[in-house]
Amino acid sequence: MNQKKLLDAIRNPHLRFDLPSFTTGDTVRVHGRIIEGEKERVQVYEGVVLRRTGEGVTATFTVRKISNGIGVERVFALHSPRILKMEVVSSGKVRRARIYYLRNLQGRAAKLRKIDTVYGA
Amino acid sequence: MANGLFGRKVGMTQIFGPEGNRVPVTVLQVGPCPIVRVKTAESSDGYNAILIGFGTKKLKHVNKPQQGLFAKAGIEPQAHLREMRVSAEDVQAVEVGMILDASAFQAGQRVDVVGTTKGRGFTGVIKRHNMHEPKATHGTHEVFRHGGSLGTRTTPGRVFLGKKMAGHYGNSRVSTQNLLVSFVDVEKGLVAVRGSVPGANGGIVWIQEATKGIKAPV
Repeated sequence: MNQKKLLDAIRNPHLRFDLPSFTTGDTVRVHGRIIEGEKERVQVYEGVVLRRTGEGVTATFTVRKISNGIGVERVFALHSPRILKMEVVSSGKVRRARIYYLRNLQGRAAKLRKIDTVYGA
Repeated sequence: MANGLFGRKVGMTQIFGPEGNRVPVTVLQVGPCPIVRVKTAESSDGYNAILIGFGTKKLKHVNKPQQGLFAKAGIEPQAHLREMRVSAEDVQAVEVGMILDASAFQAGQRVDVVGTTKGRGFTGVIKRHNMHEPKATHGTHEVFRHGGSLGTRTTPGRVFLGKKMAGHYGNSRVSTQNLLVSFVDVEKGLVAVRGSVPGANGGIVWIQEATKGIKAPV
């Protein structure tokens, strides 16, 4: 067996296929498992996907939201078991794969125009 | 029983731990390693050890004494050989021709991995000894990646032995100690250890039980 197949044997069981497909500009709601000491709770994090990076088991995505007037960005590992559930709320019209320009915009300007296609709906 | 085996570095990847944490792992293909010879304290060898092999090579590439060794064992010529001391009980339990494989290791165990680092050729002091690059401003000219002064003047009038200078770097035997085994697949002969391992993908490595162990749990 070649190297890639051997690596796949290790990492493929960690891939998950139950998440909806989504892309940059989509507004997503991520139900994350948060472990605080002994306790465990579910936190729902909703925001705009700034980028998706990596492939396979190393893939991550960044979600940006405005929390109490402060921009917050969180990076999730796409295949992480800490993501319990994920929903695509809406899709925004974007022309590039990485919409970092959102960071410099505020208020209405930071809103993306919605498009009808909702992936995985 | 066997506390060490030959393997091949397959490459690095990432898996998720029990708490969903991301774990960087190096995947090693371990074994199969046949026992080529058993030495016992009772025999003329005078000590307990096993000789284990890994990988095959053509008979014409094997010298005469080793041809005899493999013929006696009835084993294909092995590309890599290494002798390993074992206890008196263990030496009774093994015999020539037994195949050792990844089942020698369990997840959660600490291991040392020995490999040959990537050869870097003749290398300057910045890369080889992690020296700093000289200042690029404040009047500096004509020196870009020099290591600075070699020492003082007429006293002692020489460069001290061991002064870090440019030279050959890499292609050396390096051990990484106390790596945590995070996953073992006996069927495919795969062992995944947490962290990195010296050498290029495809390189031969030696993996063994951790000799030192760790003092406190991480």
